[in-house]
Amino acid sequence: MTFSFLLRRIGYGLLLMLGVVILNFLLIRLAPGDPAIVIAGEMGGATEEMLAQIREDYGLNQPLLTQLWIYVSSIAQGDLGESFFFNQPVAKLISMRIGPTILLVISAQALSILIGVCLGVLAARKPNGIMSGFVSVFATIGYAVPVFWTGIMLIIVFASALPIFPVEGMQSVRLRDAGPVVKTLDVLHHLVLPAFTLAIIYLAQYARLSRASMLDVLGSDYIRTARAKGASERSVLFRHALRNAALPILTVAGLQFGNLISGALLVETVFNWPGMGRLAFDSILRRDYPTIMGVLFFASAMVVIANILTDISYRWADPRLRGRT
Amino acid sequence: MTNQPMTETYIAQSPSREAWRMFRRNLPAVFGLGLLIAIIVITLYGAFLYQGDPFDIVWAPHEPPGVTPEFPLGTDYLGRDIVAGLLMGGGPTLAVGAVAALITMVIGISLGALSGYYGGWVDNLLMRITEFFQVLPALLFAMVLVTLFSPSLWTIAIAIGVVSWPQTARLTRAEFLKIKELEYVTAARAIGARNRRIIWKVILPNAAPPLIVSATLTIGVAILFEAGLSFLGLGDPNVMSWGLMIGANRDYILDAWWPVTFPGLAIFLTVFAVSLVGDGLNDAFNPKLRER
Repeated sequence: MTFSFLLRRIGYGLLLMLGVVILNFLLIRLAPGDPAIVIAGEMGGATEEMLAQIREDYGLNQPLLTQLWIYVSSIAQGDLGESFFFNQPVAKLISMRIGPTILLVISAQALSILIGVCLGVLAARKPNGIMSGFVSVFATIGYAVPVFWTGIMLIIVFASALPIFPVEGMQSVRLRDAGPVVKTLDVLHHLVLPAFTLAIIYLAQYARLSRASMLDVLGSDYIRTARAKGASERSVLFRHALRNAALPILTVAGLQFGNLISGALLVETVFNWPGMGRLAFDSILRRDYPTIMGVLFFASAMVVIANILTDISYRWADPRLRGRT
Repeated sequence: MTNQPMTETYIAQSPSREAWRMFRRNLPAVFGLGLLIAIIVITLYGAFLYQGDPFDIVWAPHEPPGVTPEFPLGTDYLGRDIVAGLLMGGGPTLAVGAVAALITMVIGISLGALSGYYGGWVDNLLMRITEFFQVLPALLFAMVLVTLFSPSLWTIAIAIGVVSWPQTARLTRAEFLKIKELEYVTAARAIGARNRRIIWKVILPNAAPPLIVSATLTIGVAILFEAGLSFLGLGDPNVMSWGLMIGANRDYILDAWWPVTFPGLAIFLTVFAVSLVGDGLNDAFNPKLRER
């Protein structure tokens, strides 16, 4: 992997982020009504004084291009504006919420890839076996279930019938003064249901995809060679076949990241998970646009970073790509 | 029955009939189609049959299902009839799903076709725009659009369409890149067909099978999308929908499971039916893939 490739990839990512900033800017201006009132939010009960302050800060009395410049440069300096509902800088609000979202999204992604690929590999061993049937039925069901409803159903089951996992929040109040180990375990305990809920949809897709990809690879010559030289079935499946079948899975994993964040938004709302999705929901109900735009900005940044990481790991996984730029 | 084989060979000459023949033999697909038709008929006919307002409070709150014969699925936290909600809420959900899928397909196919056909800077520009839209988390972006432009069934459908077209555009582009090199396209150009005619009349019909499959699956995704938005309270507050029923009752799930369970099942069954049809169409258009 060359340095210039990385540099170019990051440069392009920054360009995409600039696009997101401009889109945010345009959205506020395109919305019906006075932008100052839009920014202050309907629930803010903005006074004339506050509106004047907003007009001053955002340069709303100046030409549109100057306004855009003010907006872009303040974001470049890390200033995402002030939330009038929460009465805090948006950047601070988000910095408190971004950790839980990343934790949830990455756990769900890991869970779905791990279980999905295992199911897919098992199914590929017998293309017409029970496991294959199970995978395709499960994939169709996983695609069709609304993720927020899965969460609610799990809450109903685990809140009363089988109270082994907490169904709300990220930390237990009674463990507030506990040590770091206990606290971490407590967070993981709270993570089980939300992460599993979010993983179910994608798990099914990865199972289906890795089954198809494995079937493709298992028919190739080098697998026959591996079998002929006497490699064990497990070695053929996991060392020879899966490595080559992994590329499409990696591609989808990268593309899926944006959808995963969308799903996390719903899951966080259902489980009261204190992440960005919950923040987005609260701020949308209050029409707190600076916060909403900040969340949109950071969520897009997460997707851009995930895409760059996918590209890098792609090159790492497929040596054939390394020479190219 | 002596002319049976002849009809069979005759039928086999038309690709769409051939696909339909394959589709008919696919049991899950036929089941999905039947289920989908049943759901559409029930929601259309049900809305016709049920004269009242699903928002009306008709009974005591949280009546469990199967207790009062008039309210077989019980009532919600305000005492609204759940059957009424299911019957009246299906129409808007399905309509928004269908319109949103239509918008998605129109934007996606237009941009993908231009991009794949013309190549060069057009392709470059359009693909950068596509990538840009793929960076925005779809649901969040749709939420922002709906809040900014006040929720109505139209804005919701447009918002879903605006955020979900990139995949269709990529698929269309890939098909166009493949097909535009084929001989019959060259032949069409040789007899003097203009670009517009080649794009819409020559290439697009030949790219139709994967796009039809994709359109079907897009309807499913759009229905889930609409349900998600209504669940978050961002749907049209004056129109009953399945997502809204779940969202309205979610604070009381530990007191009553039925007001959230049945609408969720309805959404699930609808999207399930749509995806069975989509899979069936996929198999019917690609007989070679059936082994998979």
